[in-house]
Amino acid sequence: MTILAIEGLTVELGGRPIIRGVDLALESGNVHGLAGESGSGKTMTGLAVLGLLPHGARTGGTISLGGTDLLSLSPKEMNRRRGSEIGMVFQDQSTSLHPMLSAGRQLTDHMRHHLGLDRRRARERAVELLGKVRIPDPEGAFDRYPHQFSGGMRQRIAIAIALACEPRVLIADEPTTALDVTVQAGILRLLRDLCDDLGLAVLLVTHDLGVMSAVADVISVMRDGRLVETGPRARVMRDPADPYTRELLDALPDRSTP
Amino acid sequence: MKHPLFRFLARRLAVSVLLAVGVTLITFTLTNLVPGDPAAANLGQQALGNPAIVKQFREQNGLDKPLPVQYVTYLGHLVQGDLGESQQSHRPVDADLAEFVPATFELAGAALVLSLVVGVAFGVIAALRRDRLVDQFLRVTSLAGVSVPTFWLALLAFYFVFYRLRLAPGSGRLAPTMTPPPHVTGLYTVDAAMAGQWDVFAGAVGHLALPALVLAAYTIGLLTRFTRSAVLEVLGQDYVRAARAKGLPGRVVLLQYVLRAALVPIITVAGLAFGSLLSGTVLVESIFAWPGIGQYAYKSATNLDLPAVMGVGLVVGAIYVVVNLIVDVLYGVIDPRVRSTT
Repeated sequence: MTILAIEGLTVELGGRPIIRGVDLALESGNVHGLAGESGSGKTMTGLAVLGLLPHGARTGGTISLGGTDLLSLSPKEMNRRRGSEIGMVFQDQSTSLHPMLSAGRQLTDHMRHHLGLDRRRARERAVELLGKVRIPDPEGAFDRYPHQFSGGMRQRIAIAIALACEPRVLIADEPTTALDVTVQAGILRLLRDLCDDLGLAVLLVTHDLGVMSAVADVISVMRDGRLVETGPRARVMRDPADPYTRELLDALPDRSTP
Repeated sequence: MKHPLFRFLARRLAVSVLLAVGVTLITFTLTNLVPGDPAAANLGQQALGNPAIVKQFREQNGLDKPLPVQYVTYLGHLVQGDLGESQQSHRPVDADLAEFVPATFELAGAALVLSLVVGVAFGVIAALRRDRLVDQFLRVTSLAGVSVPTFWLALLAFYFVFYRLRLAPGSGRLAPTMTPPPHVTGLYTVDAAMAGQWDVFAGAVGHLALPALVLAAYTIGLLTRFTRSAVLEVLGQDYVRAARAKGLPGRVVLLQYVLRAALVPIITVAGLAFGSLLSGTVLVESIFAWPGIGQYAYKSATNLDLPAVMGVGLVVGAIYVVVNLIVDVLYGVIDPRVRSTT
């Protein structure tokens, strides 16, 4: 079932087109990979869904979440959907958590705001979430600060924060790029499991086709603000229709030998 | 005992004691390095011509002994709370200070509170309205605040607000017709409020407002500029975007995510600004006839009244040490990384 439908999305920044007509359909329980080199507009696509584009950006087309066009919402209505219906995980876990607020505080403030939970209920739910993203000793982790966790653990906390209000859509912008390879695999497995268990629709933005091939159900490839190809993972990886996709695939080290 | 904030506090306190000892050494050395003869400054022309009187004056004040011995004697007295006797007022220096320090504390404290409230608010507004008209206006105003010399501003304010417009009451801490409130803290505003003497309170606030505002002009400008740049830097951080992505209301993002991080540089500057407030009191107190240590220091210095000068140096040094301690503790309160690593 399609939860989030992006149709004919365009974004202009300072009069310069960044995204020139993108169509994407995110299904619940699916990981939709969005690939492309830096500057291709994939991150901007993710930010457009959350309404967090840089100041002065102009958008066109529609982004429809369960029948509502997000682009036509007032800032206040959009803010109500942020965090509660759409969650986002950012690239750099070392900067995306506030260094002076405890993990628990950052896990619970939007829960209390969106879900109206009291302090105790929010804490219970936060500890449960920390367990769900496989943080050891979730009770103790609640009161610790970001600098007391490793990079992989911080990204797990960021994922728990994004999922705290049970959103239907999760946007993960290069969630593993800043992590060691061994840690990457754990985070990807976690994203995959959460997607299956919670019926989440995940938009996984990455430049790394290796990451993509590990978890994505559907792969879209972007170049210069346009989609060049969309299809099931197996088909795109094995038999790319677009020459640009083939170039990207050929650049993967383990695919150079047939 | 185990709480990290407590250990942090204990360490900082130990450092502060060392600093205080350093302050005594430096004030003592600097005071004695000043060229000039205390005897010449304190004895009349005729007495100076009489070597016996000069010798007696030196012996009485311990000036005939070597400097290190003078220092140790001074420290010995200091530990017992004895700061020596002022050669001008012929009263113990600590009695003089007890009279003048609260006045300065009230003036500088009011100026600091004013600077923090107005400066931080202006800085936040300027950052949020970046490059708009409000921002341009606040930037020019704050630049003026930082650039205008305090003594000139004090003279202008005194002339226009008091003499021409008659908007402010006269100089001093209270109108001469009013009796000061019963002494508790020495701060007229606080003492009057505690005694419930609201007419005295209003009078004290009225007398305090103009000199405090003049004194604060520089620090308001300074804090506005620093707050603006600190907030702008934090606004661009990933964790602020992440907080927005959580759908938190803008007010919550600003107060709990942005301001918390911006407070670290703001507190640093506020601590330093308090120093410039204290030195500014010398000028402002002279112009507004405010009976504080600024005036006392000025008179003592021009008369080479060494015990009094050292007493003032010591008090100002101690205030600095305490302000630094407060700043350090606030760092620890705000930023958990400071608590656990130092």
